[in-house]
Amino acid sequence: MLSSRALRQVVFAIVTLFGVAVVSFVLLRVVPGDPIAMMIAPGASAEDIARLRAAYGLDKGLVAQFVIWLGHALTGDFGTSISMRQNVVHLIAGRLPATIELTLTALAVGLALGIGAAVASTLGTRRLIGSTVDNANGILLAVPDFVWALAFVLLFGVAWPILPISGRVDPRLAIDFTTSFLLIESLLRLRLDIARDVLAHMIMPAMALALPLAAVILRVLKGALESEALRDYALLARIRGASRLRVTLRETLRNAMIPTLALTGVQFTFMFGGTVIVERIFAYPGIGNLAIDAVINRDLPLVQGLILTFGLIFILINLAVEASFALLNPRLRHG
Amino acid sequence: MSPALLSIAGLSARLKRPPHTPLLRSVDLEVAPGEVHGLVGESGAGKSTIGKAILGILPGAIELAGGTIRFCGEDLLAMPAGRRREILGSQIALIPQDPMTSLNPSRRIGDQLTDGLRLKRGLNGKALEDKAVSLLRDVQINDPEAVLRRYPHELSGGMRQRILIAAAFSMDPKLIIADEPTTALDVTVQKEVLRLIRSMQASHGTGVLFVTHDLGVVAQICDRVTVLYGGMIVEQGATADVLAAPSHPYTAALMAASPRHDQTGSGMQPIPASLTAALQGELARHGLERVTHA
Repeated sequence: MLSSRALRQVVFAIVTLFGVAVVSFVLLRVVPGDPIAMMIAPGASAEDIARLRAAYGLDKGLVAQFVIWLGHALTGDFGTSISMRQNVVHLIAGRLPATIELTLTALAVGLALGIGAAVASTLGTRRLIGSTVDNANGILLAVPDFVWALAFVLLFGVAWPILPISGRVDPRLAIDFTTSFLLIESLLRLRLDIARDVLAHMIMPAMALALPLAAVILRVLKGALESEALRDYALLARIRGASRLRVTLRETLRNAMIPTLALTGVQFTFMFGGTVIVERIFAYPGIGNLAIDAVINRDLPLVQGLILTFGLIFILINLAVEASFALLNPRLRHG
Repeated sequence: MSPALLSIAGLSARLKRPPHTPLLRSVDLEVAPGEVHGLVGESGAGKSTIGKAILGILPGAIELAGGTIRFCGEDLLAMPAGRRREILGSQIALIPQDPMTSLNPSRRIGDQLTDGLRLKRGLNGKALEDKAVSLLRDVQINDPEAVLRRYPHELSGGMRQRILIAAAFSMDPKLIIADEPTTALDVTVQKEVLRLIRSMQASHGTGVLFVTHDLGVVAQICDRVTVLYGGMIVEQGATADVLAAPSHPYTAALMAASPRHDQTGSGMQPIPASLTAALQGELARHGLERVTHA
């Protein structure tokens, strides 16, 4: 039962990734822009250009190019970055941990803020609290992540410079880690000096990504909690003498999280889009920042690799959301 | 008569927004310890408004405009919220109308059944489990150990209502509000549930305020009965007396409108339009109007 379900999901993931590969491959070669033009020195001869073009296989037809790329991709070879002259897989693998740590931190902060504010809003009976939360929420919903990023740089980097405004870690720190998961590894190794520095670099970009997410979670969860609180079982819990906080935490929160999680999953995938700009603003060495460089340089293999990476991340997030539904809703657990 | 367990005096309620349509007009009602008191009327008569006022769960659109609700001498409406929560958890319980929506779909039966015992009695571990099993035995549920680990969606409506009855009696309350507890069940299950409530109530010595629209149910289970129409008490007394010789024409009409098991369907009479008109006139003199939603 479980294995056939898992198999179906793997097949679905492969089909999706293949679709993403085809569409992005075609689009990248149809849009204007020439990677060779970006890399040659001014005044190169036509023969030089043709030679380079042939070296990268760009002189072949679209279908032929795709077949070659796919053949290599199936063996795990996604080519060499044109602009950085490095293996695409190595490039992405080196940058991905930074983005994973950043987005997971932002997700945790966004969930904590959003759930915390929504639960708090159910505790007050007075209308003032509710409308204050709603108004603040409206503002939070309207401000996009990059505006927060710029505001934070201005506030905590310039006006009151207490946080580093660029990079992931102070280059003066000697780091000899085996992985690029600097935060996780430093915590595991109890290198708290490094963890502290990584966190200091991460706080502003993570908050910039977390606040819009928190706003969406708050909006959806607050509404869901309000409607769950009117249901008979919640009323009955109140009649049994449970406090508002107890009713929210023990009775309604779990049920209200089901619609909230569906949206959190969607918003979390949007957050990876947000990293492209936010990582740029903070010169944070993740795949979002890498993606901008790749696009500017018309680095086709790298862009292609990054798009597939994003596609894989989206698929994994959706699987995680589905798994969490089953955790929250007992009706989905059997059969 | 022994001193009242629940004593409602001059209770009035109205809609919060202008024109402040009155919903209850100076209702007086007493429930003695161990008594089953029927509160009967058609929808909109205000019977569930009374139940909700006792439990402190009136919808936001309704406000109380006067009167007292005394429980064992203490005014439920005047006491601080903390004291009220204490009483509500342990001494007053509700058997709700709809068993399908009154259990939390994402919590196990055992957890929901024992909330009060954990919260108010500090029970846990083996003692809690034993108590939960004996509670389910009391309401005649087979294999209680297994049922405790189930989720609501795995149980039938009749089972769920038994579990809600067990939960209501779990704290051994002095008063139970039964809010049309059989309306959502099919007829065969209804009878069993009624019998169960009656026998549990008798063995625990619990006073019950039994809200219903069904005089047949009143005849089966209630010691005393209060008949409401349009927020006003039209008749009150011992069930046998009221049903044998209704003094108010509305009660008589309500009886004629009730289906009876010993009659064919043709015996059922709708409430005559002339009576409805007369009652509307009576209400109008009291500044009331009949509302069709509650």
